[in-house]
Amino acid sequence: MQVASSPAAGSVPIAASLRNATVRFATFTAIDKISLDIEDGAFYSILGPSGCGKSTLLRLISDLIPAAEGEVTVFGKSTEEARLAREFAFVFQEATLLPWRSAIDNVRLPLEIGRSRGLKLPVSERSPAELLELVGLKGRENALPHELSGGMRQRVAIARALVCKPKLLLMDEPFGALDEMTRDHMNLELLRIWQETGVTILFVTHSIPEAIFLGQKVLMLKANPGRVREIVDIDLPYPREIALRDTLEFTRYSARLRQLLETC
Amino acid sequence: MQKLGGGVPLPILTAVGLILLWEAGVRGFSVPSYIAPAPSDIARALVNDFPLLMRNFWPTLFESLLGFAVGNLGAVLIAIAFVHNKTVEKAFFPIAVFINTVPILAIAPILVLIFGGGLTAKVVIAALICFFPTLVNMVRGLEAVTPQVMELARILSASKWEIFWKIRLPSSLPFLFAALKIAATTSVIGAIVGEWVGADKGLGTLIIDATFNFRAAQLYATVLMSSGLSVVMFASVAIAEKLLIRWEHK
Repeated sequence: MQVASSPAAGSVPIAASLRNATVRFATFTAIDKISLDIEDGAFYSILGPSGCGKSTLLRLISDLIPAAEGEVTVFGKSTEEARLAREFAFVFQEATLLPWRSAIDNVRLPLEIGRSRGLKLPVSERSPAELLELVGLKGRENALPHELSGGMRQRVAIARALVCKPKLLLMDEPFGALDEMTRDHMNLELLRIWQETGVTILFVTHSIPEAIFLGQKVLMLKANPGRVREIVDIDLPYPREIALRDTLEFTRYSARLRQLLETC
Repeated sequence: MQKLGGGVPLPILTAVGLILLWEAGVRGFSVPSYIAPAPSDIARALVNDFPLLMRNFWPTLFESLLGFAVGNLGAVLIAIAFVHNKTVEKAFFPIAVFINTVPILAIAPILVLIFGGGLTAKVVIAALICFFPTLVNMVRGLEAVTPQVMELARILSASKWEIFWKIRLPSSLPFLFAALKIAATTSVIGAIVGEWVGADKGLGTLIIDATFNFRAAQLYATVLMSSGLSVVMFASVAIAEKLLIRWEHK
């Protein structure tokens, strides 16, 4: 089903669109009538207090949970159609690798699933080996997950997410379990991958600096019930370097988001 | 002592020491050999009765292997059915538990009555003794898939069949092997118990025969052969595990 381009976005193609989307768990309303358009190719950071529905929003878009009310589309398709067409990929907080598979076999997993049933899978023009190179794991193709560090495992998970050439990448606190040095490094790598692939990214995080450093926009959600509090444009040029965090502009965004977070 | 032994590991030194002590005890107190034979008597019996021992070793090995295969295959298949159909699990799991509570020694005569004195009864008893630990472990193994991996499978639109082959089955292997290592030795127990109840060949028959004829050295030699059989079964499973499971399992 084709959705008319939304008024807010003008001529920019829309990656994900929510119209009055509501998600309820028993009596608890995790997401309450959210309407939102994510432009194709954009990088959104998603911030908000615990229980504001950040993860739920990603799970709603990725067809892991259904909307109780409202409509969610991904590139004009229903979330189920988009899932079957592999329009999106998901990166979890844990790398979620299969421990018996080597790094490269973990990256290949999405290519092995669904083919026999005639699912038409998009395939990245980069081979699994090239994707591992893209995430900086050249030479570790045959390592088993337990032989890799936490940061390396998460890189494998990112390479796996890219293997079906997703147009939308949903990331649920993917670097939350990493130490700060590794996290900084992964942030830079992710921005590089975003610019090289042109994929749309929705990135859930708990960290205000991480949200500002990565995103073109920060989507601030509020809890009880989960709603959009505000969308803050981050007007800082790419490519971004770690030193950006020490600039006055960065600190101003940081202060503003912290104040905003307190009102959520 | 460690220095004198060179590279010999401590457990082996200990075992050798205990055997020497046993030899000395039997000789020193002049214990009649039909009550407790000296290690040297047992060694002699092992050599002299070797053809007889081997003649009875093969049937027991065969029964144990068949029972091991049947019992574990049955347990794995039923575990797969349980995991995919909760109604089947609810209906049959209590029965499996009940069968497990019946002592194998108590049920063995019944099985011999049903299946006769031949191979079948021993295989069924050996299979039965393997069955339950493998069933329980395999169900746990197949269900030991984290919710996040299931979400990944869902995002990839994996079918039940694909989830089974690509995720559930490999992740259950460490659990399966834990059970197979138990079954490797219990299947031998099952075969021997089966032979006790009624058989004309096998290590179990020889144990009964040697006992009632006061051939203590031969009895001990037969027991050694039985435990040797268990060790070979266990080692085979352990080697297969090492080859198949290269990943770290918590």
